[in-house]
Amino acid sequence: MTVFLVLIVIILFAVAIWQMNKIYALSKGNSSGESGEVANEKDNRINAKLMVMFMVFLYFLMFYCFWHYSKFYLPEASSAHGGKYDNLMFISIALIMVVQIITQFLLHFFAYKYKGKKGQHALFYADNDKLEFIWTIIPVIVLAGLIIYGLFTWSDIMNFDEDEDALVVELYAQRFNWKARYAGEDNILGDANVRFIEGINQLGIDPSDVDGQDDVVTQELHLPVGRQVVFKLRSQDVLHSAYMPHFRAQMNVVPGMITQFSFTPTVTTEEIRKTDYMQDKMRTIQEIRKEKSKELAAAGEPALNDYDEFDYYLLCNKICGESHYNMQMKIIVESQEDYDKWIKTQKTFEASVAQ
Amino acid sequence: MSANATALEHAHDDHAHHDHHQTFITKYIFSTDHKMISKQYLITGLIMGFIGIAMSLLFRMQLAWPEKSFTIFEIFLGKWAPDGVMDPSIYLSLVTIHGTIMVFFVLTAGLSGTFSNLLIPLQIGARDMASGFLNMVSYWLFFISAVIMCSSLFVEAGPAAAGWTIYPPLSALPESISASGAGMTLWLVSMAFFIASSLLGSLNYVVTVINMRTKGMSMTRLPLTIWAFFVTAIIGIVSFPVLLSAALLLIMDRSFGTSFFLSDIYIGGEVLHNSGGSPVLFEHLFWFLGHPEVYIVLLPALGISSEVIATNSRKPIFGYRAMIASILAIAFLSTIVWGHHMFVSGMNPFLGSVFTFTTLLIAIPSAVKAFNYITTLWKGNLQMNPAMLFSIGLVSTFITGGLTGIILGDSTLDINVHDTYFVVAHFHLVMGISALYGLFAGVYHWFPKMFEGKMLNKNLGYVHFWVTAIGSYAVFFPMHFIGMAGLPRRYYSNTAFPYFDDLADVNMMITVAAIVTAAVQLVFLYNFISSIFYGKKGPKNPWKSNTLEWTTELKHIHGNWAGELPSVYRWPYDYSKLNEDETEYVIPGQDFVPQTVPLQENEEEMNH
Repeated sequence: MTVFLVLIVIILFAVAIWQMNKIYALSKGNSSGESGEVANEKDNRINAKLMVMFMVFLYFLMFYCFWHYSKFYLPEASSAHGGKYDNLMFISIALIMVVQIITQFLLHFFAYKYKGKKGQHALFYADNDKLEFIWTIIPVIVLAGLIIYGLFTWSDIMNFDEDEDALVVELYAQRFNWKARYAGEDNILGDANVRFIEGINQLGIDPSDVDGQDDVVTQELHLPVGRQVVFKLRSQDVLHSAYMPHFRAQMNVVPGMITQFSFTPTVTTEEIRKTDYMQDKMRTIQEIRKEKSKELAAAGEPALNDYDEFDYYLLCNKICGESHYNMQMKIIVESQEDYDKWIKTQKTFEASVAQ
Repeated sequence: MSANATALEHAHDDHAHHDHHQTFITKYIFSTDHKMISKQYLITGLIMGFIGIAMSLLFRMQLAWPEKSFTIFEIFLGKWAPDGVMDPSIYLSLVTIHGTIMVFFVLTAGLSGTFSNLLIPLQIGARDMASGFLNMVSYWLFFISAVIMCSSLFVEAGPAAAGWTIYPPLSALPESISASGAGMTLWLVSMAFFIASSLLGSLNYVVTVINMRTKGMSMTRLPLTIWAFFVTAIIGIVSFPVLLSAALLLIMDRSFGTSFFLSDIYIGGEVLHNSGGSPVLFEHLFWFLGHPEVYIVLLPALGISSEVIATNSRKPIFGYRAMIASILAIAFLSTIVWGHHMFVSGMNPFLGSVFTFTTLLIAIPSAVKAFNYITTLWKGNLQMNPAMLFSIGLVSTFITGGLTGIILGDSTLDINVHDTYFVVAHFHLVMGISALYGLFAGVYHWFPKMFEGKMLNKNLGYVHFWVTAIGSYAVFFPMHFIGMAGLPRRYYSNTAFPYFDDLADVNMMITVAAIVTAAVQLVFLYNFISSIFYGKKGPKNPWKSNTLEWTTELKHIHGNWAGELPSVYRWPYDYSKLNEDETEYVIPGQDFVPQTVPLQENEEEMNH
């Protein structure tokens, strides 16, 4: 597949260059008295044709990308607000593709149709208020619709009301890993500041704050399905960004302040693994990895580790240093019971300090 | 016209017939002549462009074949590529410097610097810039800043690596990344010089356009190029000082222990004393320039393409006044949309709503411009010169890239594509490629004006355009899709996540396309250099254009016009205008009426 793709690209370019060469040779022969480097009628004709060919190429490229690459689009959102997000995204993409197809057609078609010819008169057409008005007002109306739809969704997502049973979790970023701090029994996060960092207290939880004693610090992010999570984000060193693409969630993590984001996970890890989308995707990836491992083995290097189960992940999406590309955390969405079981096995802050 | 300008005119009239005594140094190095300065800008810009594009190839190779060993890495990166495998920190440096060089040194100085200098005096009918000396200083400050930026590549700890947006604390703390030491210092110093250069240049452009227009050249008779350069200069004056202040505060934080952008940081095993600052403040300051900068890059390209499209369509630009209004609207709006880079920065969500609103508003004048270009082509008599092809290409990429802006400008949709390859695809098409096309269109169109009548080879120009056009779409269109897959930008390699393994093919294809596209730029380079020396001399007005620069003699003289300055009687877009009976062109047998031609008998007057 890879080789095939690369070959296609190379061949296409080779064809393009070969065509160019032909034009070059052709037009060199007859500059028909006109000054050499100004386009003559022949140049106009050839380039007008190329305009059409280019338009075909562009449409082909768009079609190819949508046909083959749209499968890369993330699986159906695993969060409550994600459906609205995807909806808005699809409407926007459909809309801009309609505009794209029409305008690119007009642009290249006019370039072809009105190619310069001897004796052809251009139309002196300097102004038309009605036309100008039309193509000012159409974008105004369309954009107004998009803005209103977008802003309602935005304020739904960002100005969330905290449910009574919402789970409060702190996401803590440090170069180059993530930690999660659960608020414990009282569902209140204890105060924290980098100035309290000492020994095992890596998150700088205030040891004198009662609220913090039952806090639980973990390396994995477990979330109960169907329950609102309120994330409080805190960074220890530089800017990071907590990016959870499958939940359509992202928020920067800023040293010196606490940012927040909230969503309700709706699909458990088990469930998403079973979807057709994910199974197809895993099969493809496994094949790719198997092939690569073969190549590696041939070169005497260790094979790639297996990747047989999908897990949600949290990525860092703000440049934060050398290993920025590898700053991630596993997210597990599970039933409330499983979550409860898991959290019980984790040590509270009080317990880990006492150790 | 002011007394001052009249005096200037006399002075030059005396000089016109016997040339200045110029040494090599005053003619080619410390020249105060705007035509020479524009060439200096162009050549410096092209050299920087060469470096910037070469860098992009290096990191594209790493992305396509992660952690593979290449001899070419060993040659260019030396100790940063042990055994030919690229080091993650130099990867970050490469993307940082690539961005900086392309945005500031190529597309700001190389584009606006070149063509503002060349065209403002020539198209408004002035002897030179308002201050030739400041103009010279402006170029040399730019040169110094380019030298400093290049020298930062050779610093022991590596060049700046915090991204071209240099967000602190990463850029402020050498503890966080070694490149934030001397490399970052040089970056900031270089940018300080750059800003000074840009301000001197911009002030000069504004003063020149306002004061030194020749007789009859009212504002509504200015070519759209001049309008674009004029407004660009104003945006630059408004926004660049803010970047300077951001840089100064950052220097303070780095060197003098202040806490403008730093607070509560634990790094390298100790707590820093800083408290109370906020990186979000820096983001605001940076993008207050950063966003207008997009239009500083783009507007000159749009101005150039307006002129080139009208000339080569043999038609007036459609909706001249609407075009000016759009330029002004874009300029105004560009200064109040910066927050759309910060939807998920942690700022108040209400601000996000406001910035979404203003951002989508800016789509309106942009749409008007695109439609006006298309209508200008309609029923034209298109002359497919290379400059025209690049201008049409610009409209195409401007539309494609602009449309995805609707997604990114929507705060909701930005949440999940923010800082992914979707953004990379968007801005490379809408400002990178479009502005480069504008630059190329300008070079092909005005090369004869720069090099005394010599012209670029058109066939090499065609090869250059078509391969570039195909290649740049092949690079950037598929990139949208890997962005929508949730692939973050600025990742040294995507192999840390098996989840992204299936995107490897696309990345490889993109890199191959990028290498081919970059290779064809060598055709342009060859054409450029060989035409300077051996280019065929064309006629005085090769494109049969109306604007004033084509009324000057081929040979460059100080003061541009040998005798009196030309007077202007009409707007610059009387192409294919018919006489009142609609039987014949205004000037029989000639489909254009230069601005210096008075109103003819039997000609209907337009309100320009």
